[in-house]
Amino acid sequence: MYASKYHDLGTPARSGGEPVTLEIALEIDGVPVTVPAGTSIMRAAALAGGDIPKLCATDTLKAFGSCRVCLVEIEGRKGFPASCTTEVAAGMKVHTKSDAVNKLRRSVLELYVSEHPMGSCPDGSRCELETLASAHGIAESRFAGVDTARDLHTPKPVDASNPYFRFDNDLCIVCSRCVRACEDTQGTFALTIEGRGIESRVSASQQQPFLESECVSCGACVEACPTGALMEKSVITAGLPQAAVTTTCAYCGVGCSLVAEVTDGAVSRMVPNRDGRANQGHACVKGRFAYGYATHEDRVTQPMIRKRITDDWRVVSWDEAIAHAASEFKRIQAAHGRDSIGGITSSRCTNEETFLVQKLVRAAFGTNNVDTCARVCHSPTGYGLKHTLGESAGTQEFVSVQHADVMVVIGASPTEAHPVFASQMKRRLRAGARLIVIDPRAIALVKTPHVEADYHLRLLPGTNVAVINALAHVVVTEGLTKEQYIADRCEAASYEKWKKFVSDPVNSPEAMEKVSGVPAALLRGAARLYAQGPNSAIYYGLGVTEHSQGTTMVMGIANLAMATGNLGREGVGVSPLRGQNNVQGSCDMGSFPHEFSGYRHVSDDATRALFESMWKVQLGSEPGLRIPNMFEAALDGSFRGLYIQGEDFAQSDPNTAHVTAALSAMECIVIQDIFHNETSKFAHVFLPGSSFLEKDGTFTNAERRISRVRKVIEPLAGLADWEVTVRLSNALGYPMSYSHPSQIMDEIAALTPTFTGVSYEKLDHLGSIQWPCNEKAPQGTPTMHVGSFVRGKGKFYVTAYVPTNERTSSRYPLLLTTGRVLTQYNVGAQTRRTANMAWHSEDRLELHPHDAEARGIEHGDWVGITSRAGDTVLRVEITDRVAPGVVYTTFHFPESGANLITTENSDWATNCPEYKVTAVQVVKVAQPAAWRLRHQAKLPATVG
Amino acid sequence: MANDIAAFFDSEPDKNVAAEGVRFHMSRFWDPRMRREIIAHVGAGGAGLTPTARHAVELLAVPR
Repeated sequence: MYASKYHDLGTPARSGGEPVTLEIALEIDGVPVTVPAGTSIMRAAALAGGDIPKLCATDTLKAFGSCRVCLVEIEGRKGFPASCTTEVAAGMKVHTKSDAVNKLRRSVLELYVSEHPMGSCPDGSRCELETLASAHGIAESRFAGVDTARDLHTPKPVDASNPYFRFDNDLCIVCSRCVRACEDTQGTFALTIEGRGIESRVSASQQQPFLESECVSCGACVEACPTGALMEKSVITAGLPQAAVTTTCAYCGVGCSLVAEVTDGAVSRMVPNRDGRANQGHACVKGRFAYGYATHEDRVTQPMIRKRITDDWRVVSWDEAIAHAASEFKRIQAAHGRDSIGGITSSRCTNEETFLVQKLVRAAFGTNNVDTCARVCHSPTGYGLKHTLGESAGTQEFVSVQHADVMVVIGASPTEAHPVFASQMKRRLRAGARLIVIDPRAIALVKTPHVEADYHLRLLPGTNVAVINALAHVVVTEGLTKEQYIADRCEAASYEKWKKFVSDPVNSPEAMEKVSGVPAALLRGAARLYAQGPNSAIYYGLGVTEHSQGTTMVMGIANLAMATGNLGREGVGVSPLRGQNNVQGSCDMGSFPHEFSGYRHVSDDATRALFESMWKVQLGSEPGLRIPNMFEAALDGSFRGLYIQGEDFAQSDPNTAHVTAALSAMECIVIQDIFHNETSKFAHVFLPGSSFLEKDGTFTNAERRISRVRKVIEPLAGLADWEVTVRLSNALGYPMSYSHPSQIMDEIAALTPTFTGVSYEKLDHLGSIQWPCNEKAPQGTPTMHVGSFVRGKGKFYVTAYVPTNERTSSRYPLLLTTGRVLTQYNVGAQTRRTANMAWHSEDRLELHPHDAEARGIEHGDWVGITSRAGDTVLRVEITDRVAPGVVYTTFHFPESGANLITTENSDWATNCPEYKVTAVQVVKVAQPAAWRLRHQAKLPATVG
Repeated sequence: MANDIAAFFDSEPDKNVAAEGVRFHMSRFWDPRMRREIIAHVGAGGAGLTPTARHAVELLAVPR
C-alpha cells in the first residue's frame, strides 16, 4: 500500500527514447484532455482528475493489462480495451463510466471478491479491491461459495518469516504487482507466480519462506500490493496513520526521501517518497524498515558525567553536564594551551549540526582542531577531485545513470552499500548498458539476474593505481583520447606531462599485469570499452579511497574521465558513492581542520575575514589537527580534550590498540551520541544525542543533493543535537542564539558561495536542491562541469603507482580487505538494534576454498586472523567470491574487532586509513581468542 | 608520512619542483606543531627521510 494521500496515476509517464514534444488532444468522459504522445488513457484520465478503477496497474510499473478492471469504451473501436495498455490518440473519445463499462467492471470485481471476500483485509480501507468493490456497491459476490477456490487449491499458512512484513495468500488477487516490483523496481527477481489457473500463487524463490529466499526485503512488493496480502507487521499492529512527515533517510549516501507515517506518536511505517529525486520512489531494507533503533531500550536519554573512565557514570541534569564539560575544556586550555582540545563532527548528523560543531571549535574553542569521520572514508575524494576538476564532490545526479552506455564500478558494492542506487544501475544494465567491475572480490553486480559484467578486473588489493594507469595507457597509446575536448577544457602542459607518463611501457597492461594480477587482455578490453562509451560513467567507493594511494587513485580516475571526454553532461562523470548519509554535507560544512565551509582554506585572508565579521571573533589561519594527528598529540600529552558528536573511533578507526591508548590519555572526552559505544568507554561526559526522527535539518547526499530532515517525534532526551552544541557554546562564553535550524542554514548560505541560494523555504518548494545553488544556478546544479571545469582548466596529475608498505610475507601470506553487507550499516550501532539481525548477526571471514583446504579449515570454523597490528577471531565462510590469497570481512560488530588487525598505514594526502589492505595469516582455532572474551566481559560501565 | 607525500611528488622529473610540492602540501595541511616537529627532526639529522622529503622540510623551515 502506498503512502496515504499518494495519487497513483496508474501507469508511468512515457520514458526513454527521444523527448516527446507532440501533445495529443482527446476527450475523456466528455472532458477535453491534452497529454504527451505515448501516455496511456489511464494516466491521461488520472492527470485530468478522473481516475479509472484499477488493480494490477500502478504508476511505478509498466502496464500489465491483466486485471480487466480498467476497461473503457472508445468511440469507433471494438470491444472494451484496458486503459492501462492503450495509448491516447488524437481526437479519441473515451468513456470510462458508461453503463456497459460499469456492468463489466462490476462483474470483474465480483469475481475478485469471490476469492477475496469483503472484510478479509486487516484494514479494509487500505485494500484497493475492497475500496473499489465498496464504491461499486458490492457487499458480497454472487460467485462466492462456502469455500473460495483458493481455499481449496492453494497453501494456507501465512508466511510471517520476514521480520517486517507477512504474506497472506488468502488475501492475494495474483495481480503480479509484487512480482513486477521485485523485477522492475528492485531488480532482484526473487518473486514469481507459481502454478496455473486457480492454483496460481506468489512464491518467493522456490516456494521458500520469504526470509530464506533471495528476497532482499526492500519492501517494494509490500508497497505495490493492492490488498493486504503483503503487509507491514507494524501497520497490522498500529493501524491507520494519523500523520505523515516527509524526511530523509539516515543510512547511506543515497539519501532516500522517505515519508514517516505516525500513529499515536510513534512511527508506524516508513515509505519512500514518490517525488524523491534521489531514490525515485524506492527504498531498501534499512531505510524502509530498520528505524526501530531510534526507540530501542539502549537509547541513552539522560546526561551523565564521571571523573575517571574507571568510575561509574552519574546521571546529572543537562545544565550540570554542559557546565561540567565547559569547565573541563576551559581548565585544559588554561593549563595546556588553546590548541590542546578539539572537536569531531559527524556524517550521521545534519548539515546544521556539523556546521555548528565546527563553528564551536573554531570560534568558541579558538582552534582549528576540528575533523570529521569523513577523514576515514572519503577525504581522498575531496582532495583528488578538487585538485583535478575544481570541486570536492561527485559530478552527476543519480538519474544520470539512465543515460550511461558503460558503467565502471570501482571498489564499491552498490547492491550491499547503496542498494537503492544499485536498483537504478541494474535497470539501466538490463536495458543494455555495459559494465566493468574493478574489485578484488566478485561483488553481486558481476553476475546477478539479467546482469553480467562485461569485464571483472579482479585486481590484488592495493593495486588500484596500477590498474587505472594501465587503462590510461591503452586509451592514450591506442589514440582513444578526445583531443578536442582536452584542448578546449584542460591544461595543455599537465596533459602532455600525464600523456608521456602513462604512455611509458612501465604502465602498460602487460607490465601492470604482474603487479595487479589482472590479465593484460582484460585491461585492454576494458579500456577500449570505457573509452568508446560513448557515455561512460565511473562510480566508486571506499575500495578506492581507503588506500595509501587513495588520493592518487581518485586523481587517476579524474584523469581518465577527462582524457576520454566523460565529464560535463548526463550519462558520464565521476561519482563517489558516499558511505554515510551526510558525508558530503559534513565535508561541505567546513569540518576539515584546514578549511571553512565551501572548501576554502583557513589561510585565505578574505574568507577568514568574512567568517570573522559574521562570527565576531578572530579565527586561526593555520590548519588544525586531523583525527590521527589528534591521537598522536594525545599520546605526547599536547592534546587532552575532545568533543565528539556521533562518532565511534574505538570501533571504526584502524589499529584499535593505538586509538584506545590515545583516548585513555585524554583528560576530558565529551561524547554526544544516541547509544553508549566503544568510544564512550573512554568518555567523561555523555550527552544524549537525537536520532534523525527527532530533529529538523538537512542532509546532503552523494549527488550533492540537499534534502530536508523533518522532526517526526520529540527528542527522547529533550534536546536536538544542535541545541546541545548551542548550550555548550554558551557555557563556554561564546554566545549562540539560534531558535531553529533554518537560521543556521541561513548563516551557512550567507557564508558559503555554493549555498547562497539555499533556504528552507526553497527546499520546501523544490523538494531538494543540488549545490551549487546561487545566482548562477538558482535551482541548483544536477550536472557539474558543464562547458568548463569548476577550476577553469582541468588539470591532469601524474599518478605513479607506489606499492603500499603493507606487503604479504611468509608470516602474513594473505591480504585482508573489508566491506559491508546489505542489512547492516557501518559499525552497526543502528542496525544491530533492529530486526535486521535476522539476516546478518555476525561478521564472517570470507576465505577461498584453496586457502581453506591448505589450512584444514571448514565452513563455519572459528579462525584466528593475525596481522602486524593485532589479532582477532571470526567464523569462516568458504567462498570463491574472493580470489586465492585474498580474504574479506565486514565490520559491523564490535566483538569482531576488525580494526584490531588493520594497520596505521594511510593515504599520503589525507591520512585516510588503508582499511582495504592488511597482510594477515589465518589459522583454525578451537574457540574465540582470549581478547574477545575479555572484550565481551568489558561491557559499558553501569550508571551509578 | 613525509616520505609518503614525497613518493607522490617524486614522479615529477624536476626534483626542486617535487620538493616544493611536498613543502606546499605540508604548509597547507599540517598543523603547525607537526611542522615544527619535522623541522626539528631534520635539524637533528632527519633520519629515515627520503631526499625529496628532507629537501621539502628544509624549504619548509625557511620563513616566508
